[in-house]
Amino acid sequence: MADDSVNLGRRRFLTATTAVVGGAGALVAAVPFIKAWNPSAKAKLAGQPIRADISKIRPGEQLQFEWRGQPILVISRTPEALAALPTIKDKLRDPDSENSDQQPSYAKNENRSIKPEILVLVGICTHLGCAPKYYPELEPQAFDSEWKGGFFCPCHKSRFDLAGRVFQGVPAPTNLVVPPYRFIDDGLIEIGVDTQGAA
Amino acid sequence: MANVLTRTADNVATWVNDRAPGMMPFYRKHMSEYYAPKNFNLWYYFGSLALIALVNQIVTGIWLTMNYKPSAAEAFASIEYIMRDVEWGWLIRYMHSTGASAFFIVVYLHMFRGLMYGSYQKPRELVWILGMLIYLVLMAEAFMGYVLPWGQMSFWGAKVIISLFGAIPWIGGALTEWIMGDYLPSDITLNRFFALHVIALPLVLLLLVVLHLGALHEVGSNNPDGVEIKKGPKGNRWSSLAPADGIPFHPYYTVKDMVGLGFFLMICAFIIFFEPTVGGWFLEHDNYVEANRLVTPEHIKPVWYYTPYYAMLRVVPHKLSGVLVMFGAIAVLFLVPWLDRSPVRSHRYKGLLTKLMLGLLAVCFIWLGKIGSGPGTDPVETIIGRVLTFLYFMFFITMPIWTRLDKTRPVPERVTTHD
Repeated sequence: MADDSVNLGRRRFLTATTAVVGGAGALVAAVPFIKAWNPSAKAKLAGQPIRADISKIRPGEQLQFEWRGQPILVISRTPEALAALPTIKDKLRDPDSENSDQQPSYAKNENRSIKPEILVLVGICTHLGCAPKYYPELEPQAFDSEWKGGFFCPCHKSRFDLAGRVFQGVPAPTNLVVPPYRFIDDGLIEIGVDTQGAA
Repeated sequence: MANVLTRTADNVATWVNDRAPGMMPFYRKHMSEYYAPKNFNLWYYFGSLALIALVNQIVTGIWLTMNYKPSAAEAFASIEYIMRDVEWGWLIRYMHSTGASAFFIVVYLHMFRGLMYGSYQKPRELVWILGMLIYLVLMAEAFMGYVLPWGQMSFWGAKVIISLFGAIPWIGGALTEWIMGDYLPSDITLNRFFALHVIALPLVLLLLVVLHLGALHEVGSNNPDGVEIKKGPKGNRWSSLAPADGIPFHPYYTVKDMVGLGFFLMICAFIIFFEPTVGGWFLEHDNYVEANRLVTPEHIKPVWYYTPYYAMLRVVPHKLSGVLVMFGAIAVLFLVPWLDRSPVRSHRYKGLLTKLMLGLLAVCFIWLGKIGSGPGTDPVETIIGRVLTFLYFMFFITMPIWTRLDKTRPVPERVTTHD
């Protein structure tokens, strides 16, 4: 104590270690404040994946479910409907699903689905959010004389085929959205989660 | 009687001064002995007007929170309640909404003033950077404020703007969920934006304003001639050490600024009383419809003060690139003090090239603003928007070249006045 000399090395060491420990403490203390912004348990519960029983769906039929406040459409396509999909390619805006925001990578194929016949879609028109109506019949309609089945939006006449792909010359800019989903078994799918984890 | 009053006032002043001896020097440094150049023109109103606009936003904002309900179920109705049932609620709310746009008008003019007179040049780089940070925080503040009424444009604007962060590779999806605290803008998002809008960002804004003014008062104000009055001759009516071309901020500029404030308040009052939405520019018509997550408005567009950047986002066909271009357009403004290589500050002593470039920048910004406020469906407009975006960036990227190429005239030793 009586010694006036200062041990600079020790002082520097103590300053540095105090700064490091204090800095680490500040970082750790920041974690709760950052994590508090994540979706809460309530929000996660409301947005968790849903299981949809599709065991009783027959070719041509449509089932409707709800996930995160959105209508989810599940349709089963007939072999004729599937055969018609490639034939209308030149009438579509994005026939090969190049816009990756509109479907998970495993639905970027001709049928926009995991199993060819089962199509899962968010039933919200990509134009102004109306509900497109299901017209499964491969026969001329008032709005399209060469109709090969699909969805027609009554609000602003947007048309989509049986893979949810948008036609050219309609107001909707993009294909209907395919949500993430996976098959648990043949008759049960889970929407909102896929093999890569929850959405 | 008067004698007693003055004596009491003097006694109180002495009492306070004894206990806080730093207060009078502080007042002198920033007000009565802050010597500002005597040749300020009309463009120099906008700094003090920005401060007044901020005070207006804080005062009216406090009053709005007294009746506003920050929940998705009640927010829209509570705004209508303020507008219809609260005495003078409509005035306070329109003062706040018109005030936001007025704030941005004043800030944009204030920034353009800086570009015209080279006010960002050494030694005022820090003043410029702090000002740009204010601008950045102000944009975040205004965005969150626009979400609070929970109208259609609140909801869809929030959805679009937050989804911009989703374009960031790898972390984008998780980041948007973190910002919203949900999978779509919801009650949770609204509630936290309210907290940020009324507490966090105003505090940051006030701190930055104090720093901006503090940094300014260290180096002193620039002026329309770009003459450094501190380097000129000394001695004026008030002090033999002060710059000869300086006059005390108080009372000279406080009084001058009050004249400008009078005009400013007249224009604002006219808007508030007769056309508070300004035809959908200050308050969009779609925001008088309650938020509905199942119905998208026909044209989603932000308020006018963001539209130049929104136009840049839209004319770039690739989402991530568009986001980068948009944020880059703001980021590049921070670099201006180092991009300008001219030995002269004010455009008055620069050549034609500088005037043309500044004009070009103004045209780009305003025209992009117009494009960004439209539906964005016209392909010709998209081409024009791309050209304008390119020119906007070229203004800054080639700034080191054209500021050196442009011929300059000698800057006088003293400021010029027209009296």
